[in-house]
Amino acid sequence: MRVRVLIRPKAGILDPQGKAVERALPALGFGGVANVHVGRLVELDVASLDEAEQMCERLLANTLIEDYEVQQA
Amino acid sequence: MKFGVLQFPGSCDDRDAQLACARVGEAVMLWHGDRDLQGVDAVVVPGGFSYGDYLRAGAIARFSPIMESVIAFANDGGLVLGICNGFQVLCEAHLLPGALLPNTELRFVCRQVELEVVDADTPFTNLCAPGERLSIPAKHMTGRFHAPDLDPDLVVVRYATGHCFNGSQDEIAGVRNAAGNVFGLMPHPEHAVDPLTGSVDGLRVFESMARAAGVTGPNTAAVSHTR
Repeated sequence: MRVRVLIRPKAGILDPQGKAVERALPALGFGGVANVHVGRLVELDVASLDEAEQMCERLLANTLIEDYEVQQA
Repeated sequence: MKFGVLQFPGSCDDRDAQLACARVGEAVMLWHGDRDLQGVDAVVVPGGFSYGDYLRAGAIARFSPIMESVIAFANDGGLVLGICNGFQVLCEAHLLPGALLPNTELRFVCRQVELEVVDADTPFTNLCAPGERLSIPAKHMTGRFHAPDLDPDLVVVRYATGHCFNGSQDEIAGVRNAAGNVFGLMPHPEHAVDPLTGSVDGLRVFESMARAAGVTGPNTAAVSHTR
């Protein structure tokens, strides 16, 4: 099964990468940009969604600072 | 006093850590793929980019075979010092509270910083006075300490006012575990052990460890003259 794991900084934790993008976009003429968060995408073939969740808990995400979301691709 | 310095693929401060330890006692290298701690009295997890820091700083090193032994050693009360990437590894291994995030300015910074000793009653700072300042270098891109609900008693060193460049919570530079036998810090005491580099303040950490361990080694007698 192909899954897609989205990992992003937890809400409330300063995300300087997101902030840098948020500041750069209006300079290119894109107005009304807010709440930009930059995260990571991990795609993998696994046996089940449950297994992918366990991988996130153990290695793929640090749940103290990151949220993750597992989707079937 | 026998120190063991871990070596991961990507460690780059392991030799300096070994040299710093060798000023205080015996120092052996411990390879990441081994499990044998060779009877060391203390473990140093050095700086660098273990396993390339792929995924997240320290995340992969935390699952190396040698770390299983280090975790058991730490849980048994053994002294463990993590410096920079070593601090990140110890946080990922849950031997220390918190996590390290990218610096607020998203830049790699390398500079001499002043640290303030908050807790001089630890195995790593027992030769310091409370409030004493240590001048040692810091060099990292992922050093913003973050630990929600941190017990303030666990803070060992802070950046002195004006020296915190990474956005760390409460300007924290180093913390210990609840038992006090594990200590991690972002700045590099092992780079400040020779007058040639401008400061020997970092030596205090290694000397404190030898004192706490109460083990004398071939060089331990000479330690007090090196300051």
